[in-house]
Amino acid sequence: MINLFKKRQYVTLSQIEKKNENYFKPFIPDGIFEKCDECGKIILKEDIEKNLMRCPNCNKYFRMTAKQRIELIIDKGTFVEYDSNLKTINPLDYPDYDIKIQNLVKDTGINEAVITGEGKINGESCVIAVMDSYFLMGSMGCVVGEKITRAFEKATEKRLPVVVFTASGGARMQEGILSLMQMAKTSAAVKRHSDSGLLYISVLTDPTTGGVTASFAMLGDIILAEPKALIGFAGPRVIEQTIKQKLPQGFQRAEFLLEHGFIDLIVERENLKKTLYNILLMHRG
Amino acid sequence: MSIFEIEKAVCELENKIKELREFSRLQNIDLSNEIEILEKKLKELQKEAFENIRAWDKVQLARKIERPTSLDYIERIFDNFIELHGDRLYGDDPAIIGGIALLKGKPVTVIGQQKGKNTQENIKRNFGMPHPEGYRKALRLMKQAEKFKRPIICFVDTPGAFCGIGSEERGQGEAIAKNLFEMSTLKVPIISIVIAEGGSGGALALAVSDRVWMLEHSIYSILSPEGFASILWKDASKAKEAAELMKLTAQDLLNFGVIDKIIEEPLGGAHKDVDRVSKSIKQNLIDEIDNLSKLDIDILLQNRYNKFRKMGKFIE
Ligand SMILES: [Zn+2]
Repeated sequence: MINLFKKRQYVTLSQIEKKNENYFKPFIPDGIFEKCDECGKIILKEDIEKNLMRCPNCNKYFRMTAKQRIELIIDKGTFVEYDSNLKTINPLDYPDYDIKIQNLVKDTGINEAVITGEGKINGESCVIAVMDSYFLMGSMGCVVGEKITRAFEKATEKRLPVVVFTASGGARMQEGILSLMQMAKTSAAVKRHSDSGLLYISVLTDPTTGGVTASFAMLGDIILAEPKALIGFAGPRVIEQTIKQKLPQGFQRAEFLLEHGFIDLIVERENLKKTLYNILLMHRG
Repeated sequence: MSIFEIEKAVCELENKIKELREFSRLQNIDLSNEIEILEKKLKELQKEAFENIRAWDKVQLARKIERPTSLDYIERIFDNFIELHGDRLYGDDPAIIGGIALLKGKPVTVIGQQKGKNTQENIKRNFGMPHPEGYRKALRLMKQAEKFKRPIICFVDTPGAFCGIGSEERGQGEAIAKNLFEMSTLKVPIISIVIAEGGSGGALALAVSDRVWMLEHSIYSILSPEGFASILWKDASKAKEAAELMKLTAQDLLNFGVIDKIIEEPLGGAHKDVDRVSKSIKQNLIDEIDNLSKLDIDILLQNRYNKFRKMGKFIE
């Protein structure tokens, strides 16, 4: 599971700590060029950004930060963030966990591995939660679980649809059993929202695995995914170690899940907003 | 001394007592004083072992091949257990058993992860690691229980949900997620008991319940200590250190508010006296189902929601 989620260099491209549209604050020193880890071509970073964080040569999808995603999906000026004040603590006294979190908060400019809030998609209101794989692999600890749960509760109260973008290595090890319990907590909140007759769309992005797959990611009324996103319960490495054989090409990719009946639709990045809007329109109540 | 070294000493002492008894009977000599002294020593030794028991000892105890399994408890606690098979979608998973039975004359639905008693049975049962069809069978039986207004009792004993090609193809994540989702509003009382190993989402999928209990020396964790060490330290051999850090014992989880009750085990562990542990579980079940059945269903469900809702630690 681990090596898949190693920080990639293109993280550096795209901190949208904005002053203006093109401002970004890299958190490791970088240049103007980036090497695509798929096709090996050297590309202008600017061209990757212009292409919605995809390689202009081979169309490889790079992971987006939560802030980038919100910019892509939510109408300008409509986003109101929820619960950015929640702070992670260290329930197991896991060595150096506090420091690690503090540094991540500083580097990413977000309080935890998910941003939640309310906004409009082409004028349609919804509650949105976007996970950020650059924050400790987007793993779900107590704060992520709490923010997701509150987002669903708020949506139930306000009778709004929910859109969740998942990107996560699963439940967060450093918070132990309490992370596991977030799976039950979030799923119960999704159930209440669902029982109120409200719409939930989950959008699975690379990577969506472990305890997030085994809870709210797979509970959407409609489940979308980005092309080639890794989606599964166990990570590929864990499976290889368990069964002691190599995994087939394309295993656990979005296309594989579509073929096996576990997602509704694969949507290219440039069509995501339009597709979400169309689905929201058809459920306007 | 580790718990297993002590256990070895205990075993030797037990044999010695047996020999002395036999000798005294055959030779017609009164050795009751000597035997009494040895028995006292035995008790002290066992007590010492279990007072100092470490998390890692518990992990090993929970995984012991002699550790009683779901079926051991089911046959002692319930009458007329009828096992029901299959998820009606794909197949029947031998790693999860389920069915209907009587608890003190009242019908209940019983579900549990099932490990084997030996290698051969363990291969058949996949070492208690369910596939999606196991979780879907469990959910089918839970929905059936809801229809017929039967309380549900789940025995949790799994290293985790299976990680393989078939289990991914058939949607392990979706199967577990659906159980968490549906269990949160099932309109009958649900009690789950972790009897040995409660590993990750694979355990939680049978434990979104009104009451979650653990046997005294069972464990319940986000992942196996080996998996935890492998992910965080890239070294599965550090499982022992992981176990101490993870807070996976029944006592830790009671402190965290993750479980509601610890059911005591005899000195040496549940396998030393399955009848006694079964009796204790049975009495607890009878009492608690009685309590939960008195509640208005909306209150039961609100309480269940709140129970999981408040889990988690953070600063606001
Ligand atoms: Zn490329």
